Amino acid sequence: MTQETTIPLWKQDGAKPFIQIKNVTKKFGEFTAVDNVSLDIYENELFCLLGGSGSGKSTLLRILAGFEELTSGQVLIDGIDMANIEPWNRPINMMFQSYALFPHMTVAKNIAFGLKRDKVPKKEIELRVAEMLSMMQIEEFAHRKPDQLSGGQRQRVALARALIKRPKLLLLDEPLGALDKKLREETQFELVNIQDKLGVTFIVVTHDQEEAMTLATRIGVMGNGIITQVDEPRDVYEYPSSRFVAEFVGSINLFDGRIYEDDVEHVKIKSKKAGCNFFVNHGISCSPNQKVTVAIRPEKMKVTRRQPDQEYNCLYGQIVDIAYMGNLSIFRVKLKSGKIVRVTLPNLVRENRNPLTWDDFVYLAWDYDSSVVLTS
Amino acid sequence: MTRNSKFLSISSLFGFIFLYAPILSLIIYSFNKSKLVTVWGGWSVKWYVELFNNQQIIDAAIVSFKVAFITATLSVILGVLAGYVLSRMGKFPGKLIVSGWVSAPLIMPEVITGLSLLLLFVSLENLIGWPAGRGITTIIIAHTTFCMAYVAVIVQSRLSQMDDSLEEAAMDLGAKPQSLFFLITLPIISPAIISGWLLAFTMSLDDLVIASFVSGPGNSTLPMVIFSKIRLGVTPEVNALATIMILIVAIGVVAAMWQMRKKEKAL
Ligand SMILES: Nc1ncnc2c1ncn2[C@@H]1O[C@H](COP(=O)(O)OP(=O)(O)OP(=O)(O)O)[C@@H](O)[C@H]1O
Ligand SMILES: [Mg+2]
Repeated sequence: MTQETTIPLWKQDGAKPFIQIKNVTKKFGEFTAVDNVSLDIYENELFCLLGGSGSGKSTLLRILAGFEELTSGQVLIDGIDMANIEPWNRPINMMFQSYALFPHMTVAKNIAFGLKRDKVPKKEIELRVAEMLSMMQIEEFAHRKPDQLSGGQRQRVALARALIKRPKLLLLDEPLGALDKKLREETQFELVNIQDKLGVTFIVVTHDQEEAMTLATRIGVMGNGIITQVDEPRDVYEYPSSRFVAEFVGSINLFDGRIYEDDVEHVKIKSKKAGCNFFVNHGISCSPNQKVTVAIRPEKMKVTRRQPDQEYNCLYGQIVDIAYMGNLSIFRVKLKSGKIVRVTLPNLVRENRNPLTWDDFVYLAWDYDSSVVLTS
Repeated sequence: MTRNSKFLSISSLFGFIFLYAPILSLIIYSFNKSKLVTVWGGWSVKWYVELFNNQQIIDAAIVSFKVAFITATLSVILGVLAGYVLSRMGKFPGKLIVSGWVSAPLIMPEVITGLSLLLLFVSLENLIGWPAGRGITTIIIAHTTFCMAYVAVIVQSRLSQMDDSLEEAAMDLGAKPQSLFFLITLPIISPAIISGWLLAFTMSLDDLVIASFVSGPGNSTLPMVIFSKIRLGVTPEVNALATIMILIVAIGVVAAMWQMRKKEKAL
C-alpha cells in the first residue's frame, strides 16, 4: 500500500489540522462533562475517542455537531469558527447511538432525507440514494420501514443516511454497539473500507478498546472529561502515558516502586511487592528516589520452571488460576508478597506433554525494554 | 387444562356475561315483532324501518353526528398542541400544575362540568352577547373541553416515548427547527391523532349529561332523545336506535384501539 510509506499528517510539522478543539469546556450546572479539552484532528483521519461510561465522549461529539453550547473554548472546522453555525448548517453529519431512523419513512426515504432538505433535484436524489443503497448492500430493503430490519441492517441505513450528504466530517457515536461480536468485527473492517473509499474524516466514539485498536488511525483516551493521551493505537498500548491509560487499554500488571539508581542510559527500581528489582534500559526524567510505577503487559513475560539467568525483572510465584481461552491461556500467579500477576501464553501446540498447572512454582521474566515506567 | 386455567376461563365467562348480557338482550329485543318490550313476538326489522321514518330521531342524529365530527376535529387540534407543549417544554416551574389542568376534565364529574359550562355560557351571553342562546355551538364547546383532554393525554404519552434524537438527527441532516413538527413529529404521532379523533368522536356521540345542560330547544342529541323516550316507557324503537348507536361506538372504539396497537409496534 502506498499509504504506509507516506508520513501521516499528524507527524508532519506545520500540517494544518482539519478540526481544532481549543480548550473546550462543557458544564452541566456544577458538573463538568468536558474539561478543558484541546485536540487536533487531521483530514482523512479515523479518530477514535475511547473512554469509559460517563467520560464525556458523547458530549464532545454533540459539541462538534452543534447540539451543546460551549461553556468556554472554541471549535474550528477547516479553519472556520463554529460558534455561530447552527447544527443544520454544519458540514458535519452524525450517526446516532440509537441510529435515530425515522420510523415513518422507508429506508430509501430515510436516506434521501438530507438531500431533500438541501433541495437537491429529484433526479439526482434518486441517483445518489441508489448509489448509496448499493454501496451499503441494502437495495432489497429500500422500501421497508426501519422496524422491519435487523440491527445490522439498521446500522447500515443509519450510516448511509449520514454519508449521503458527503459531509466533511462524520461523527459516529458507538456505531457498532448494538451488533453481536461477529457482525461487529465484519462491520469494523467495512467501516475502515468505506472511510478509505470516501475520504471522509471520521470521529468514532467507543468504549471498546479492541474496536478502537482495529479502526483508528489515532486514539484519544478520555476519562472524567479529560483527554489523557492521544496517540496511534500501537503507541497507546505499548507506551501508555499514565496509569489510567495503561489500565484502561488492555490489561497490565502494575508495581509501585522507587528509583534507586538513575542514569542517562538506564534506571534501576526497587519494589517491595515484586520481590525483585527492575531494570529499564532507558533514562527517565525524574528526581532521585522518586516513586514510580512499573507496568508490564501480561504477554510480554516469559514463564519458566527453572530460574532464568537474569538478575533483574524476574518474579517468582505460584500459579493459582488458569483460564483456557482457546488461542491463549491466562495464568494468575501469586507472588510471595501476595500480589497477583497476570500472564498470558499463546497455546502453540495442541497437546502439551508437560503443561503448567495449578500450584506450580514459576519464574516470570522479561526483557529490559519490555516494561513501561509511569510517573503519573 | 389445569385447574387454574379452568378457573380463569370460568371467571372470565362470568365477567363477559355480566358485561354483555344486557346489551345482547337489547339487541335481540330490537328485532322483536311485538309492541310489548317484554313479550317475544317473533323476528322483525319493522322498528328499524319506523326509526328511519321518525323525523325527531333523524334530526337528533344529524345534530349528534355534526357535534361529534366538529368536536373530534377541534379536540385533535387543541389536544395535539397541548400534548406537544407539555412534552416538549422541558421542565419549568408549575409544569405539574399545568399538566394537571389539562387532564382535570377527565376526572371531573360530568354534572359539574355541565353545570359550570352552562353558567359560563349564560354569563358570557349576558356580558358579550356570545354565544347567543344554547344549541349546537355550546354543545361543541362543552364536548371539546373534555375530549381535548383525552387527546392531549394520548398524544403526550406517545411523544414521551419518541426518541429525542430523532429531532436532532433531522436537524443534523439539514432540517430547520421550525420544520421539525411537520416533518418528524406529526407523522410519528399521526396514529395517536387518529385514535384520539375516533375516541373523541365516540365520547361526544355518547354524552348525555353535559349535552343536557348546555343544549337548547330543538337541538337535542340522540342520547337525549333516547332518554326522553324512555321516560315514556321503553319501546322496541328505542332498542333499535340503541343497537345502531352501540354498533357505531363499538366500531369507533375498536378502530381507535387498532390504531394504537399499530403505532405501538412502529415505535
Ligand atoms: N444534558 C445533560 N445534563 C446533565 N448532565 C449531563 C447531560 N448530558 C450528559 N451529562 C453528564 O455528562 C457526563 C458525560 O456524559 P456523556 O454522555 O458524554 O458520557 P459518555 O462518555 O458518552 O458515556 P457512555 O459511554 O455511557 O455513552 C455524564 O456524567 C452525564 O451524566
Ligand atoms: Mg455516550
